Amino acid sequence: MKPYLVSLYAIVLREALRFVHQRERFIAALVRPLVWLLVFAAGFRAALGISIIAPYETYITYETYIVPGLCGMILLFNGMQSSLSLVYDREMGSMKLLLNSPLPRWWLLVCKLAGSTAISILQAYAFLAIAAGFGVTAPAVGYLTVLPALLIAGLMLGALGLLLSSFVKQLENFAGVMNFVIFPMFFLSSALYPLWKMAESSELLHAICALNPFTHAVELIRFALYGQVNLTALAWTVLAAAVFIGCAVWGYDPARGRPGRKG
Amino acid sequence: MNGLALSNVSYRYGPKTALDDVGFVVEKGQFCALLGPNGAGKSTLFSLLTRLVTSADGRIEVAGHDIAKQPRLALAKLGVVFQQMTLDMDLTVRQNLTYFAALHGMSGKSAQRAIDAALDQMDMLERAGEKARALNGGHRRRAEIARALLHQPAVLLLDEPTVGLDAASRQAITEHVHELASGGISVLWATHLTDEVRADDHLVILHRARILADGTARDIAGDMPLLDRFLSLTGAAQ
Repeated sequence: MKPYLVSLYAIVLREALRFVHQRERFIAALVRPLVWLLVFAAGFRAALGISIIAPYETYITYETYIVPGLCGMILLFNGMQSSLSLVYDREMGSMKLLLNSPLPRWWLLVCKLAGSTAISILQAYAFLAIAAGFGVTAPAVGYLTVLPALLIAGLMLGALGLLLSSFVKQLENFAGVMNFVIFPMFFLSSALYPLWKMAESSELLHAICALNPFTHAVELIRFALYGQVNLTALAWTVLAAAVFIGCAVWGYDPARGRPGRKG
Repeated sequence: MNGLALSNVSYRYGPKTALDDVGFVVEKGQFCALLGPNGAGKSTLFSLLTRLVTSADGRIEVAGHDIAKQPRLALAKLGVVFQQMTLDMDLTVRQNLTYFAALHGMSGKSAQRAIDAALDQMDMLERAGEKARALNGGHRRRAEIARALLHQPAVLLLDEPTVGLDAASRQAITEHVHELASGGISVLWATHLTDEVRADDHLVILHRARILADGTARDIAGDMPLLDRFLSLTGAAQ
């Protein structure tokens, strides 16, 4: 067991060191949701009335509503950022070094996933702290109970990034991932508006939102932030995480073939 | 026991054949140069040897372990220097090597002792605390070779390790690796430069997915310089 734990520690530490060396990445990861929280939400507060829905027990401001969605946004973007860095690693060759280890490949990928999820959680907590500084708070216990939800959602979205990185062959193709994965996932979810609002506009869009794993990740975080467990969201998120991890491990199977440069 | 043994290895990218029935043996303590022009199939062969891809055709053994049936045992006996630099530029040499040691399950004092020994072997110990970014190309390569030696592999693979280096660095690294082979490691050195091959070296010439020659460099060169023989062989195969 020791080699497994040693490699886990080393890979997570390397991800952390890489993150520390990229301060602008940390700032960018925080600026994005903060702009949504402080600018977008202020503008939409008047336009969007939020009725009382679980887990909230009273009327809430729009800012309060979108905080879990913005935590999800951080996890989603960080998952994709990790995916981008994996594609970069592959082009630069350092991925070969990792995959050349005698440890099982699935374990190495899980270690990578653990590293990127740890970074995501750190960023989400930094965002929650800044949001609290602006008066957008959750119950004190919520900051503790949200941790497992962030972990599960982070693993699910990180696994999606891992899966994409196994299929996206070149960095240049990554813009497509942004357009076809991140934005539809984010906007077709309950991150910015409750699903019943979406149902008023379009039953079809509502159905798509309800199937979107990101919706369930956001709802898992939302309930956890209020000390509650949304079992449906939990089941969906865990299921999606398992499927994405399984597909990512398959995507990195050497039998699928990808020698890279031909020489 | 042989260091590296390949038999009947083939690989295709769709309709294109990258390797066609390739087979050769690198004995223990032997320096084997894999010589081939660009596009010969060297990198595909390295991808198979390092299990970045697998092929159902043929058999590859590393220190007696079949890479298809015992991949973890085979990889544990393999040290690899890829053509692209794979050091993390923001980390020190020691941090880079510590990370790699962990990927092989090594940690703590034993890992640090192995790092010291490997760096010392490559005359790099005094640079252990320097960031990889601060090293010149030759020293980065030495650090990578030291890293590949950390887990005391039986076989060392180097994929065109002197690309982009100046003449002095090329010569120094070529000599270092010949010394490693003399110490008992089996070395497979891929190159397209004939001046990196010594007369006594085992030489395999790969061209257009097939092996054109397999023997000592002296025997293959015969009565002409190796470069001329290489050009005539690969030219004749066109």
